[in-house]
Amino acid sequence: MSETLNLFEQQARNRRQTAILMVVFVLFFAWLGFGGDLVLYLQSRDYYGQAHYTVPWLGIVVTAIGALVAWNSWVRGPKRVLWSVVGHEIVTPETHEERQFVNVVEEMAVAAGLPRPKTYVVDDPDPNAFATGHGPHDASIAVTSGLLTSLNREELQGVVGHEMAHVRNLDVRLMTMVAAMVGVIVILSDVMGRFFGRGGGRMIAGGGGGGSRMFSGGGRGGGRRGGGGGALVLVILVLWLISLILAPLVARLMAMAISRNREYLADASAAELTRNPGALASALEKIESSAGPTKAMKRGTAHLCIADPLGRKVNAKEGRMADLFGTHPPMTKRLTILKGMAFQQAKSAAAQA
Amino acid sequence: MSWLLLIVVVVLVFWLIGAYNGLIALKNQTINAWKQIDVQLKRRHDLIPNLVNTVKGSMEFEKETLQAVVDARSKAMAGGGGVKETAAAEGALSGALGKLFVVMEQYPDLKSSQNVRDLQEELATTENRIAFARQLYNDVATKYNTKQQQFPTNLVAGMAKAQVAELWEIEDQAERAVPQVDLSLKPKPQA
Repeated sequence: MSETLNLFEQQARNRRQTAILMVVFVLFFAWLGFGGDLVLYLQSRDYYGQAHYTVPWLGIVVTAIGALVAWNSWVRGPKRVLWSVVGHEIVTPETHEERQFVNVVEEMAVAAGLPRPKTYVVDDPDPNAFATGHGPHDASIAVTSGLLTSLNREELQGVVGHEMAHVRNLDVRLMTMVAAMVGVIVILSDVMGRFFGRGGGRMIAGGGGGGSRMFSGGGRGGGRRGGGGGALVLVILVLWLISLILAPLVARLMAMAISRNREYLADASAAELTRNPGALASALEKIESSAGPTKAMKRGTAHLCIADPLGRKVNAKEGRMADLFGTHPPMTKRLTILKGMAFQQAKSAAAQA
Repeated sequence: MSWLLLIVVVVLVFWLIGAYNGLIALKNQTINAWKQIDVQLKRRHDLIPNLVNTVKGSMEFEKETLQAVVDARSKAMAGGGGVKETAAAEGALSGALGKLFVVMEQYPDLKSSQNVRDLQEELATTENRIAFARQLYNDVATKYNTKQQQFPTNLVAGMAKAQVAELWEIEDQAERAVPQVDLSLKPKPQA
């Protein structure tokens, strides 16, 4: 909250962080691949210390896969996000609610001076909303059917204004990339867990299962030779294993680290676009008070939403730990800020009259 | 000593280019924002005959209210001229429409018709789009005006042929109050 960034700074930051994210992602794959190569290389040494595994094929292949995945996430990320929540596009609105939604999106596009994003509806009774895309030129705004039925026009406008702010300042770019890549890492460790027949579907157990097979192989090699080489193999293996286990956690941490301040900023921008902070506050109150979690939003896409679809406790807390692990700021604080704005607005309007 | 002079000159030239281009960019943004208002105003002008035709039959007794809307529309369309003239004419149209909406509230059979419901949503969104386009225009124009008056950018203002852009101000007090058109046909959420 303390940081007051202008639009260009926000956009520059999001561009930069997206690039960093992609580079780190590929480097992580390279680390896994070439780490494996090093183990293979050390294992392939014969009695005379002559290595028979000299070309780091694993590293080359795995890095290429990582780059391919990153590129694919960049190109198809927004589509994949919309696909994962089963959103359908509203091209020609049929019901009154849909017409109103499309109109409100158009209004916010006019207010922001941007092209109109595509409109998607996700069939879910729990009210929630998110935006995705690379930027204003190809953005999509999605809302749940529950949001359309429970909010009035002004409240819907507030929510859409919030999402339009995410589009305008390029938050959508970074958040979509995180969603696309986090999904890949989680799926990857899931698949590995199943492949090696351990741990079932849990991602941490999955990563551990994959790693421990490698670990036992490396351990055997180290034991046979003993001495310094074996210890080195062991150290590298442990590091590799740790990073493999931590992968989903790190990915999750990234998702968490990026989101909190952005929500405050988007709330403020929504108020700037609609000039109606009170309506967004009452929309957030309704979203918050609706009981059930939003089932359509999975863990990988939770950070995109206007309010945490999983209703995690950490997101209701303040403080440094909650800031670190929360994807959304505490709702009470958001409401306090928005209501403060509404009060200021009413006061200055009264002063003018 | 001469290289120092050279640096100063180079820095000055770069600043000049930056300031000039910044002003031109803002100028074009202002023009573009004004065009966006035009688009939305045109949309409103196109919608009104539709509205009038739909409600005409059911509102026999409100001939003057309808006529006021029609007159205000043709005046606004004839418009041309600067920001102030357009603002005044469109303000009058907003006022006439607002009155019509208030009157329409008294005709329950009108409100319940699907056709009118859709039309009201269209009008509500059009009013909003005009308001938001105006808001954007005023924001951009203010930024442009501030930039060309502030030191040191004002030194380049003449070169960029920058002129103070007129803001679209709402002068009519009635207009300020009236377009509170709550057409949200949702049941009010009173628990």
